[in-house]
Amino acid sequence: MAVEKMSIAKALNESLRLALDNDPKVLIMGEDVGKLGGVFRITDGLQKDFGEDRVIDTPLAESGIVGTAIGLALRGYRPIVEIQFDGFVFPAYDQIVTQLAKMHARALGKIKLPVVVRIPYGGGIGAVEHHSESPEALFAHVAGLKVVSPSNASDAYWMMQQAVQSDDPIIFFEPKRRYWDKGEVDTESIPGPLHRAVTVREGSDLTLVAYGPMVKVCLEAAAAAQEEGKSIEVLDLRSMSPIDFDAIQTSAEKTGRVVVVHEAPVFYGSGAEIAARITERCFYHLEAPVLRVGGYHVPYPPARLEDEYLPGLDRVLDAVDRSLAF
Amino acid sequence: MTVESTAAARKPRRASKRTSAAKKPQSSDPQLVQLLTPEGERVEHPDYSIDLSADELRGLYRDMVLTRRFDAEATALQRQGELGLWASLLGQEAAQIGSGRALRDDDYVFPTYREHGVAWCRGVDPTNLLGMFRGVNHGGWDPSTNNFHLYTIVIGSQTLHATGYAMGVAKDGADSAVIAYFGDGASSQGDVAESFTFSAVYNAPVVFFCQNNQWAISEPTERQTRVPLYQRAQGYGFPGVRVDGNDVLACLAVTRSALERARRGEGPTLVEAFTYRMGAHTTSDDPTKYRADDERAAWEAKDPILRLRTYLEKSGHADEAFFTELEAESETLGKRVREAVRAMPDPEPMALFEHGYADGSSLVDEERAQFAAYQASFADSAEEGK
Ligand SMILES: Cc1ncc(C[n+]2csc(CCOP(=O)(O)OP(=O)(O)O)c2C)c(N)n1
Repeated sequence: MAVEKMSIAKALNESLRLALDNDPKVLIMGEDVGKLGGVFRITDGLQKDFGEDRVIDTPLAESGIVGTAIGLALRGYRPIVEIQFDGFVFPAYDQIVTQLAKMHARALGKIKLPVVVRIPYGGGIGAVEHHSESPEALFAHVAGLKVVSPSNASDAYWMMQQAVQSDDPIIFFEPKRRYWDKGEVDTESIPGPLHRAVTVREGSDLTLVAYGPMVKVCLEAAAAAQEEGKSIEVLDLRSMSPIDFDAIQTSAEKTGRVVVVHEAPVFYGSGAEIAARITERCFYHLEAPVLRVGGYHVPYPPARLEDEYLPGLDRVLDAVDRSLAF
Repeated sequence: MTVESTAAARKPRRASKRTSAAKKPQSSDPQLVQLLTPEGERVEHPDYSIDLSADELRGLYRDMVLTRRFDAEATALQRQGELGLWASLLGQEAAQIGSGRALRDDDYVFPTYREHGVAWCRGVDPTNLLGMFRGVNHGGWDPSTNNFHLYTIVIGSQTLHATGYAMGVAKDGADSAVIAYFGDGASSQGDVAESFTFSAVYNAPVVFFCQNNQWAISEPTERQTRVPLYQRAQGYGFPGVRVDGNDVLACLAVTRSALERARRGEGPTLVEAFTYRMGAHTTSDDPTKYRADDERAAWEAKDPILRLRTYLEKSGHADEAFFTELEAESETLGKRVREAVRAMPDPEPMALFEHGYADGSSLVDEERAQFAAYQASFADSAEEGK
């Protein structure tokens, strides 16, 4: 066993290093990923060790970054591209949605596009506009893309390995406000599959379903509820497309109550999909309607208002109380 | 001592080289339009002559000094935790004041997020610019008041807005012009290429003002282009000019000429202001990771403020009293900005639900009501706790 304590940022860095080491076809591409090591330093030191041909500083052009990654993948490479911030993926959205997502199907499965698009996402870091968004539903809605988000260092490490090895395009959302959270990473024992949800806390009264940055909030909420005698289960989805509905069903049937928590706006968000499926799958097991906690139907607010916007402990506990009151 | 007062207080370095006669540009790049050398000497350019009164020259100097002071104050406020972020324009004062003072009131400006000097020229109160950096709003000024659009963070987007606006100006038969600011990094974006295409084919009265400050965060200009940026224009069918971006006179002359061309209905121009970002990209950035130490020193010798000061002194266009008064004015501005920022209130929570839609939305109304009830529940429980 090789267990090390490291931050999510460090786990990603180590994982990218391993990917570059393991396979000469793996490339890293993006703005400022070279000397600077990315604005969050996720690629720190990689260009120094693997050279400018493997860790490529690109021109400031997101459509260009993803579009050329597609071409490189067609040529047998496995590009991992970094989009600097969530709000800057949209110049590349066309390439991702109209090309990256669909080429495999159009070629009747004859070509594979093993491209990983890394996107630091979500709020809570006091940033300016376009630096705090949660656009995961926009990608999960598109057939041909897989969408994942780790919530801890171990998952960051292993999910990145699995994403790089996947032959499908993966949108890899990194919870930027958790980059500096530390956790244990066992770099030898390979965990379960990429798209499997994990029960991160057992409970019997209600299930909180979350992913990425909200897992920590849900764990804190569950701990607080425990003090009031409530037993809350927390499910870390890890993958937003596909979603491990079996895991959700098992938990929902056990507790009878589900609250889905995410930062993205609730309206047309991933919580809507989860709530609808739970209702279809376990209608007779539910004690309360599935509730959702998330962002409002407003532009992501300026930093001094983001605490009101982002689901925190109180809003999660409020939803727990409402569910339990049914 | 703050950065801007250093420049203002420092003695000119080459004061002994006294001359008022026009000379050939001394830049190593023959394409670089220059009217005032780094040594503070006036030179002539065959295509861009300019004749400014002493008053106007002092005005340009004042603009640059106050802009630098404002910028330094904002940087300090960020360090003190009053602003979440700041994008400094240190070193780019001449590019911004020169181009900004070339504009007419009815011209329209599309800035990036660093055009504090242009905003100054437009009469935008500098404290207005700080709201978004403090995190209390996403812009917060009415662009139509000063014909100065909101800052744009997504790189390159505004060049298309500028082009469309200019197409509208032409349709209206008006003779105003539009100017779009962007960086050398932005020149790689598809939006910028598309704005060049549109403006050329529709002959839009727009000036593309690229401040090539040599860096896009950690990436040097060579990571964006293999030809000098001003030459890009040729491929689209309109003229491109490279101007010494640290020479306020040249920036003024070249921009004025490009704007006049636009007004005459002759279409777009690309101006590349060759300049330097003396500080970090933003206060979040660490340039020591990617930039050689001596690079900044070399550019400091071309400081835009210092060279105009040298010229003003040598030509007798400004006396000591002028500089002393300006120093005092800088202090007052700094104080005013500091106080205004500290007094800037956080938005009310309910402000979340304002201005999402012009015509409103029943969905937002519902969420607003839920949010209000949720907020009120805390007040109730506080009551109960009494
Ligand atoms: C579409 C997009 N991608 C990435 C970013 C992140 N970013 C902000 S500023 C910047 C560099 C911009 O360089 P340049 O255009 O040269 O302008 P400068 O800041 O140097 O004035 C980058 C990469 C962004 N704001 N928008």
